[in-house]
Amino acid sequence: MIHVLFFAQLREQLQTDQVQVSIDTPCTVQDIQDWMLTQHPEWKDVIEGRPLMAAVNQNMVSSDATVNDSDEVAFFPPVTGG
Amino acid sequence: MADLIKVQEADFNIQDEYDAMRSDNQEDGAIVFFTGLVRDFNQGKDVTGLFLEHYPAMTEKALGKIVEEAKERWPINRVRLIHRVGQLYLSDQIVFVAVSSKHREAAFDACRFIMDYLKNRAPFWKKETTTQGDVWVEALEKDQTAMEKWDK
Repeated sequence: MIHVLFFAQLREQLQTDQVQVSIDTPCTVQDIQDWMLTQHPEWKDVIEGRPLMAAVNQNMVSSDATVNDSDEVAFFPPVTGG
Repeated sequence: MADLIKVQEADFNIQDEYDAMRSDNQEDGAIVFFTGLVRDFNQGKDVTGLFLEHYPAMTEKALGKIVEEAKERWPINRVRLIHRVGQLYLSDQIVFVAVSSKHREAAFDACRFIMDYLKNRAPFWKKETTTQGDVWVEALEKDQTAMEKWDK
């Protein structure tokens, strides 16, 4: 089971801050995204309509990064701190 | 090690931070610091305040990696980095970065490097309260460019 978190505008648009993903591991961040779209086709416009950043276990990664069972994955819009 | 990396709702006092950079420190000849503030106009709208969201489990870790990388690149000594979260209003302090070193060049460069990376790599998001409603701030191309120039 992979624990997936959403932040900022993405969280508001999906109307949820997290989802549990049951997927064969190891997989990639892209696989998680594809799984979410299969389960929630209504998320397509939000997820594919804009650039998203991802983190695995609180480290920023690209979409081909590996995800293992029990990892924490997060998706969020480009950051705007500072 | 007198470094500090902190994410907090509370305001900070620059004099206290500056004093901590100087205290018991006879080896450094330079301190450079930067403060970021809430301003009244952004991306075409009149801003009255902003809410800063972050990813608590990741934020300090991400900031720590940026500071670590600055220390690998320049001969700097102390770093103090504070970023506020939560509700902020016009002219409130948002972020503070201070870097000390023997000579000024490393402190200037490392301070700017830390800010340029923070803008692109630390999980903070600003939602501005404007006269036209609440608006998420969009990431800017120029911030990405500013970070990439360090790799040229």
